[in-house]
Amino acid sequence: MRETFTQVTYLVASVLFILGLRSLTKPDTARQGMHYAAIGMFLAIVGTLVQHEIVRYDWIIGGLILGTIIGIPLGTQVPMTAMPQRIAISHMFGALAATLVGIAEYWLHGAELGTAKMAAVGFEVLFGALTITGSFMAFGKLQEIITGRAVTYKGQNTVNITLFGITVLMFIYLIVHPENAIVFYSMIALALMIGVFMVLPIGGADMPVVISLLNSYAGLASAATGFAIGNNVLIIAGALDGASGFILSIVMSKAMNRSFQNVIFGAFGAAPTVSTKTASGLSVRSISAEDAAIQLAYAKLVIIVPGYGMAVAQAQHQVRELAELIEKKGGEVKYAIHPVAGRMPGHMNVLLAEANVPYDRLYDMEEINGEFERADVALVIGANDVVNPAARNDTSSPIYGMPILNADKAQNVIVLKRSMNPGFAGIENELFYNDKTSLLFGDAKASLSKLVAEMKTV
Amino acid sequence: MNVTGFMQLYVFILAAFVGYQIITRVPPLLHTPLMSATNAISAISLVGSLVAAGSDRGTVSTVLGFVAVTAATINMVGGFVITDRMLKMFRREVTPVRETPKIAPNAAEAVKAATPKVAEDAKASGAP
Repeated sequence: MRETFTQVTYLVASVLFILGLRSLTKPDTARQGMHYAAIGMFLAIVGTLVQHEIVRYDWIIGGLILGTIIGIPLGTQVPMTAMPQRIAISHMFGALAATLVGIAEYWLHGAELGTAKMAAVGFEVLFGALTITGSFMAFGKLQEIITGRAVTYKGQNTVNITLFGITVLMFIYLIVHPENAIVFYSMIALALMIGVFMVLPIGGADMPVVISLLNSYAGLASAATGFAIGNNVLIIAGALDGASGFILSIVMSKAMNRSFQNVIFGAFGAAPTVSTKTASGLSVRSISAEDAAIQLAYAKLVIIVPGYGMAVAQAQHQVRELAELIEKKGGEVKYAIHPVAGRMPGHMNVLLAEANVPYDRLYDMEEINGEFERADVALVIGANDVVNPAARNDTSSPIYGMPILNADKAQNVIVLKRSMNPGFAGIENELFYNDKTSLLFGDAKASLSKLVAEMKTV
Repeated sequence: MNVTGFMQLYVFILAAFVGYQIITRVPPLLHTPLMSATNAISAISLVGSLVAAGSDRGTVSTVLGFVAVTAATINMVGGFVITDRMLKMFRREVTPVRETPKIAPNAAEAVKAATPKVAEDAKASGAP
């Protein structure tokens, strides 16, 4: 009877999880759907706690309380700009839970696990362990505890591939000889090292791919836990998580112009070759805030291209204020969001939503690219590579082939920029030297405040 | 591999397929909440942790289970809370306040003028 109840709660939870994720296909239904998913989670926990197997509750209650005390501030206090590192650290917690359950299983059963179970437990701790350290490294880089630059050395790939090869061999050996505990714990130690070495050579700008990939790994570790302890709801949730991370990493790698093989083998941190094209002989046109404000005031359609620079300057509220003033003057404002704007998938949308920009003003690259020709002004704020026409027409450029926002097709382009330093990839941007482009130099937030002030007087 | 193992594989493959179908339809707009949502959902590994912590099979299992319960609970609580916090911020455009004074000088007419717009928005949101 109890067993039936438990299984029913798992079944209901699985359905609610799937419905919850399905609700995320539309912003209007998303919130409610996730409430259902939370109910599913609650049911599954109740279903587990009534099982015969569970005989003592002291440690369980302790863990639940401690986890809640830590979890609530992680949910309510973390600012939206810190979302990438927040997600990275939660991958670590998820992988930690999966790995520890795997170790507990092995500790209890060891040699009696049998081939199939051993394969599941091995997979679980392998993916779990490398996600623990990998996510922690990603967190450290994003939080700037450790250098955000790519750390590379000679023979790095050889070292990594060798490490990985040894670990896989150990895994295979364990499936045949599950009784060898030394190999089991050594495999975990090596997997922990792989996690560190895997993320070390990756620069801050490539983090969206890494976070997505680690999301996938954490999901696979959860699914493997399900195989190891024979629990379907874990398998389903893990598969959903794994699929999600996998898809997001493909989306991100496409948008960053990296091949999927690059992503799978983790060799995506290689320093991009700096384009030989220099800006010598070209000149830029700078513009005053006053003139820029006049252009914006008389524009019928303004497309704003926000980049990470805007988020760093915390200028999203000024952007919204400026947009409202343009609308007051009778213009229309749309936001063009590149898939890699920000530091994780969809990050820019969240930052703008937080600044009260209605989401129906936010347009994906495919939706908006056809509209730039119609735009009187494209206002580029702290974005660089995602509007670089070299991606379209310069085959020698390292970003050639990367999908970009067609800001250069607009009638006029105003670029808010701190200085003439090139973007993170070190590539010159010919958009800045275009005849119809004018640059407004200065800190994004200060420039926007000036624009807002000028707009009020126009 | 026994029958149970194969059944589990079926479940995994079908779930991955369903996940793929659903998640490819999530718009980039919601990719960050998607990530925190899958994170919260995968905290279901709490179920395994609870068994390890509460089945009294020796100190090692209990302590490992306790840490696992803590880690999974952090993700569950933090994940659902932050997802909800984000999704709460995504709102459609409400009737533009700036136009109401021009269209209608008094509040009652402003509301009347604004109503069809809201209805249209609602209809548009219902359409696929």
